[in-house]
Order: sequence, then C-alpha cells, then structure tokens
Amino acid sequence: MVKVEVKDLRKNFGTLEVLKKIDLEVNEGEVICIIGPSGSGKSTMLRCINALEKATSGTIIVDGNEITDEKGDINLYRRNIGMVFQQFNLFPHKSVLQNITMAPVSLKVETKQEAEATARKLLKSVGMLDKIDAFPHQLSGGQQQRVAIARALAMQPDVMLFDEPTSALDPEMVGEVLNVMKQLAFDGMTMIVVTHEMGFAREVADRVIFIDDGYIVEQGPPDQLFNNPQNERTINFLNMVL
Amino acid sequence: MGFFELFMQSLPRLVQGIWITLQATLISLLVGTVLGIIFGLFSVSKVGFLRGLNRVYVDIIRGTPLIVQAFFIYFGIPNLTGIRFESFTAGTITLTLNAGAYIAEIVRGGIQAVNVGQMEAARSLGMPRRMAMRKVILPQAVRTMIPALINQFIITLKDSSILSVIGMPELTQKGKLIIANNFRSAEIWMIVGAMYFIVIMVLTQVSKVIERNLEYGKS
Repeated sequence: MVKVEVKDLRKNFGTLEVLKKIDLEVNEGEVICIIGPSGSGKSTMLRCINALEKATSGTIIVDGNEITDEKGDINLYRRNIGMVFQQFNLFPHKSVLQNITMAPVSLKVETKQEAEATARKLLKSVGMLDKIDAFPHQLSGGQQQRVAIARALAMQPDVMLFDEPTSALDPEMVGEVLNVMKQLAFDGMTMIVVTHEMGFAREVADRVIFIDDGYIVEQGPPDQLFNNPQNERTINFLNMVL
Repeated sequence: MGFFELFMQSLPRLVQGIWITLQATLISLLVGTVLGIIFGLFSVSKVGFLRGLNRVYVDIIRGTPLIVQAFFIYFGIPNLTGIRFESFTAGTITLTLNAGAYIAEIVRGGIQAVNVGQMEAARSLGMPRRMAMRKVILPQAVRTMIPALINQFIITLKDSSILSVIGMPELTQKGKLIIANNFRSAEIWMIVGAMYFIVIMVLTQVSKVIERNLEYGKS
C-alpha cells in the first residue's frame, strides 16, 4: 500500500528552483534514505511532505490526505506525520515528559493520564525513561534527539520524517540515535530519512534515493545504489563521501 | 530654614506628588502592557492589515517627542473637539500610548528571538499556529522580554516627570511649585531626585528576583 505519494513536485524560492520535478512513492513500512550533496533539495523535499515548506506546484498525498490541497486541514494531516529535526527543537521551557505530552493533550488526542502513560512507554523504548523530569538543556545532543523522536511518536504517526537527525551530534552520540531509528524501522514504521550516514542507509534502507540539483537522479536498493551506481553524478558523489 | 525643616515642610506635598507619579505610571504600564501585547502580536501576524496598524502606531509614537504628544492630547484635542481632559487623564493617556508602543516593540523582538525551529516543531506535531504561539513561542519570548520590560517600566516612570509641562501634579511638578515659593532649588531637586531613585532601586531589585526565578527548570 502506498503511504506517501509525491507527484511532479516543484519548489521555488524566489527565482531559485530548488525542486524541479520530483516523483516518489513510498510504501507502507518502507524505509527510504535520501542522500545527496548539500543544497541539492533533499531537506526541502522532506519539508514539503508535511507542508513546512509550501510546494510551488505538484501533489503530495500522505495516507490518503492531500497535503497540497489548500482547503484541507493541514493541522489534522500533520498529526499523522512525525518529524525529527537536525537541531532537535525540543521545547526548552518544558520537561522531557511535558515535551512529549504537550501536543497529544493540547490537541485532545489523549487525556493527561493517557498521554503520560504513552510518554513513559516511548521514553522506555528510546532509553530515556530515567530523564523523564529533566529539562532539555540538562541533556546531551543524543539524548535530546532521542526525546525528540519520542515526542514525534507520541502523536502515533503513520509516517516519520527525519531531517539529518544526526548531523548536529558529536560523533560518539550518533550511534545511540541511529539505533533508536533502526529499532523503529524494524518495528515497521514508514520512514523517510535525509541523511549523510551512508552506513545507516546501507544497513537499514529498503531504498536509497540520490537527489542532485532538484531532481531524483538515481534510486534503488542500497546494494545496487552503493555498489553499482549507474549515473555519473551518483558515482562522483559516492566517491566523495564513501 | 535648615535642611531638615525644609525637608519636613515639603515632604507632604512631595509624597502627594510621588503618589500621583506612581498612579499614572502603574495605570500606564498595565494598560500599556496590554496594548503592547496586542500590537506586538499584530506585528507578527499573517494579516497584513494588522501588521500595518502596528507599524503606524509604533512609528508615530516613536517618531514624535513625548512632550509634543502630551501637548497635543492636553491642548490640541480640546482645541479640535471641544472635549477637555484633566491634566492627570491627559498625562496618563500620553504615557500609556507611549509605553504601549515601546512594549509592542519589545514583544515583537521577544517573539522573533525565539528560534524558528520551535514553531516548526510545534506545527509538525499538528498544533495550530495560535496554539503553538501560546504554548511554545510566547512562554519563551516572555523570558527574553523581562529585562527589556523592566527597563521600559523604569523609563516610563521617569518619563512621567515630563508631564509636569501640562501641569499634572506629579512629583516633578510638585517640586517646581515648592521651589517657586521658596527658591531652594538645590535641596528640593535633590530630594525629588532621591525619591525617584529609591522607587527605581526597589523596582530594579524586584526585577532581579523575577529574572532569577525565570531560569529554565526552576519554574
């Protein structure tokens, strides 16, 4: 079953064309890793999927909801699409627990008691239960990112978007975050991950997509894309990063 | 007459004066803060008209001296409409409009100082813009606004002295009147200055306590 459908997506910033023509289908439970040079449009594409960036033209459908429909209730659609940011973006004035329960309680998806039970379960699964009452500034980057993943999961989304989730981390903390993401993938979550972690892409992705200059240049299973890339730009890029 | 005698003799009138000063300042700050929050929110609104409204208000107030605003409200408006205000009313309106405009700028600055990622994180969870503003942005903005707000409170308190030009019977005006009788300007202005100083020092100490209590993880 197709979870995410992107058709003829284009995005301009002023006169700069960042995404020129993107077509993409993501199936339920599939893990997609998006790689490419900086400025290639991969983060922009990801942010179009939950309408943090407004598509200039084209259609995006997530779980049957047309994100690009101006008349649709984007706030409702977004509940179903979790997002994890490079800079974590935890709410600094709230404890770990409150960070996770704020949205489900405020949006009346769960009662306070239910949300707190959910939060405990999620914190346990990301290994952060002992920090439930800590504030973000008391946590390391890796810990903050794991809380941010739990916060996104608290809305029980069907799709998770990761925007370079380990790029702001000290090297020794990358592993703990990738492990949480691996577990999530293993549990069947549909995931779209913009990343520079080629090891993670190789190991976890069902499909790797190489974006350059606003186009999907090449895509395929990790084995194929990493070991036998066809396009010259893919080959050049992989030579630089591997 | 010795200093002590002079002090005791003028004190009742000066206390009346500072009482008026405090009343005008307090009303101006309360109403001005409400105005400032409303116009500050206008300034970050998606609606162009509201942003324009804020721009006009802030520009007019910031672009003209308080003394001219006071003259306009106290003398100009009666001249235009026939409606007369008491000096206290006119003075307090002037001070309120002034505080409101500056506080609107402080509110705008506070909101804009919050990292855009905070809004994006809240929106990505499905929170509508208003809710995100209320639960995520404003609580953080307030923390950065506190020092600037306290500073504005002090400025408003001191600016109230300018309202003596329209005869509002606040502390400075009382000082002027006493000196007009006894010509003891050195002593009286020293006492008046000391009275402002004491009130502002108290306010400063209170603000330090508030700032300490607003550090993350303590509230």
